[in-house]
Amino acid sequence: MQRIGVFVCHCGTNIAGTVDVKAVAEAMKYENGVVFSTDYQYMCSEAGQNIIKDAIKEHKLTGIVVCSCSPRMHEATFRKAAQSVGLNPYMVEIANIREQCSWIHKDMATGTEKAIILARTAVAKVHLNAPLTSGETPVVKRALVIGGGIAGIQTALDIADAGFPVDIVEKLPTIGGKMSQIDKTFPTLDCAACILTPKMVDAAQNENIKIYSYSEVSGVKGFVGNFEVTIKRKARFVDETKCTGCGLCTEKCPQKRVPNEFNLGMDQRRAIYIPFAQAVPKIATIDADYCTMLKTGKCGVCSKVCTAGAIDYTQKDEFITEKYGAIVVATGFNPIKLDKYDEYAYSQSKDVITSLEFERLTNAAGPTAGKLLRPSDGKHPHKIVFVQCVGSRDTRECGKSYCSKICCMYTAKHAMLTREKYPDTEVYVFYIDVRTPGKNFDEFYRRAVEEYGVHYIKGMVGKVIPEGDKLIVRASDLISNEQLTIDADLVVLAAAIEPDKTARPLATMLTASMDTNDFFTEAHPKLRPVESPTAGIFLSGACQGPKDIPETVAQASAAAAKVIGLLVKDKMKNNACVAHSDENMCNGCSNCAKVCAYNAISYVDKEFRMPDRTTRVRRVAVVNDAVCQGCGACTVTCPSGAMDLKGFSNKQIMAEVDAICK
Amino acid sequence: MQVNEFKPKIVAFCCNWCSYAGADLAGTNRLNYPADVKIIRVPCSCRVNPLFVLRAFQRGADGVIICGCHPGDCHYTTGNYYARRRMTLLFSMLDYLGIEKERTRVEWVSAAEGAKFAATMNDFVATVTKLGENKRLEDLRCKK
Ligand code: FES
Repeated sequence: MQRIGVFVCHCGTNIAGTVDVKAVAEAMKYENGVVFSTDYQYMCSEAGQNIIKDAIKEHKLTGIVVCSCSPRMHEATFRKAAQSVGLNPYMVEIANIREQCSWIHKDMATGTEKAIILARTAVAKVHLNAPLTSGETPVVKRALVIGGGIAGIQTALDIADAGFPVDIVEKLPTIGGKMSQIDKTFPTLDCAACILTPKMVDAAQNENIKIYSYSEVSGVKGFVGNFEVTIKRKARFVDETKCTGCGLCTEKCPQKRVPNEFNLGMDQRRAIYIPFAQAVPKIATIDADYCTMLKTGKCGVCSKVCTAGAIDYTQKDEFITEKYGAIVVATGFNPIKLDKYDEYAYSQSKDVITSLEFERLTNAAGPTAGKLLRPSDGKHPHKIVFVQCVGSRDTRECGKSYCSKICCMYTAKHAMLTREKYPDTEVYVFYIDVRTPGKNFDEFYRRAVEEYGVHYIKGMVGKVIPEGDKLIVRASDLISNEQLTIDADLVVLAAAIEPDKTARPLATMLTASMDTNDFFTEAHPKLRPVESPTAGIFLSGACQGPKDIPETVAQASAAAAKVIGLLVKDKMKNNACVAHSDENMCNGCSNCAKVCAYNAISYVDKEFRMPDRTTRVRRVAVVNDAVCQGCGACTVTCPSGAMDLKGFSNKQIMAEVDAICK
Repeated sequence: MQVNEFKPKIVAFCCNWCSYAGADLAGTNRLNYPADVKIIRVPCSCRVNPLFVLRAFQRGADGVIICGCHPGDCHYTTGNYYARRRMTLLFSMLDYLGIEKERTRVEWVSAAEGAKFAATMNDFVATVTKLGENKRLEDLRCKK
């Protein structure tokens, strides 16, 4: 018989507001096996934990129930407290009377009644708890960073600096990400390339960092401390070890009509290319979709001019498998496609562009060598209209309900830079709200308005109509309540940002959860912002939500710190709640092994003594504790009921069901 | 005014990784749903043995709902597929035994879908309330 203690937390008024905690504690005194029951303001506080510890010692408790917030919040805290006074941590059960009771019910009677049932259910379960111990497995001291943008680079550099090897997997031929396409950064206006490229070079030269460019993660197995990842190295038809990055091939290739994605299709590149001058690694890549040699077998110019002999038309995709202790997701973002926003005439006129395209137009390495010229006729625009929130804060099907966060600031930057370089240009910005929280952000925006004379107009643009070489912008000014018509030369749309398309399949591989917008969810929105709920998976940058560069870098370093904290450990505690087979009941049918996603179940021949004193050899299942993740799929499959899950056993769950239905 | 006094007993099995977190989020966002729903935390929806569902009905539950991660998002990769298949079979058998299909349900609720969790529970409770008490499988010996 267990000796159970029940501890009811008030959580200030969070619980006590709608649950009569005293009544719950009182009611529990009459439950079978409960020898001690009390309530306290904050059970998770030191004083609260001491109450628990003292009661365990004084009343020789063999199991405790804490009625408090979600076990996802403080289960670990209370387990630790129990362990410190010699009670097995798995003898602790939590009754979730905050998130699943007091916070959802408005009146005391309902809340209290439900809380009592939840507490009683936990008591019923704890009666059947058994002390559990967990084994340990060694941690692979190597990290993987998926995505080589500024987030991935920063995370990798920090981990590498702590002395651990890191691999970066980047799907494009070069690392650098979106930041490499940006011209200047707000609010300091320093040049993005000048602060990014040194980091890219650092990453390339750091002996702890290995960059797999033009590669993708194609499979993930294992668990925290021991991931096994398959990386697909896409064929770039250039031998990475031989290519010197001289770029001769990219000048001589006769296939000149390939849209240049680095400049967002505003100019063209060759079929063999290096994305940009500071690319890391600086290695040429053949675009198989356009290469004449690969398509027709006739050409071979690049291989002729290559003095290093690096061109290899027979290269195939290659798959490599590596082991990692931790994985960081840094897959970043993309601006949304604007085809659903035809009121802005994006597809009809070349002079309606996105902000990222504008960024390339003002960049010295861009298609116009940094001169602000209209894409249609190469003329200098005299009137520019910026439209904010294109697709952001838009609750329609085609839009994104969230705020993309960075657009207000980069639009202010674009407007300011335009006025500075071309003071004869009139600049209009249409906005719903201007949101500038951040260090020196509001000052920056005000400078755009006050010093640079940018016309900020609160209101939405209804329609953009291309007419001759002008763009007629129809909009409403919400403050003066007027309809406006502006004949603009250039319209710039601040497109909403969304997670990269590769994030969703990756989340599935990593079994990391995502929200409805495909941003990765964090383990706790406030307290564990850089960890995914899946142990060993960490989040860095905009894959978790829209972020500007400083925030991305901060989060990247935070993720690195978490990874380092994991990799310094030599061993990881395994999950103690693992499956276990009762060999007396097992008939060796193999059903459990078939449903196990981790190959944790194997079979051994075992000798059994029969009642007549003879022995018989039978095949029985054994679970590898280090590999079992404790999902319980096998327990339900087992036809003889031999398989059970520790911590969530059949009996325990049945007892919970009974207690609820009582 | 006629008040419907009937309060159904609802057992909700929620997987630890998505739906239980979704239920927590519903609480954090103070989204109201009836107190008739009591949640049992299981590691994964595939941990729910059909026997648990039967047991609940036997003990007088009026409805049983199983919540897991969205297909493809199961923390253990494939657990929810097993759950889906097992429960489809079980529910049709229960239907055959006279436990209406509306009393049983499998739903996918992610950790970010607090609102969906609350809405699902509101809807489920309303449906079960309309059906009234479940007497079909109830084992009267269990009643005190
Ligand atoms: S963990 Fe949620 S369904 Fe498997």
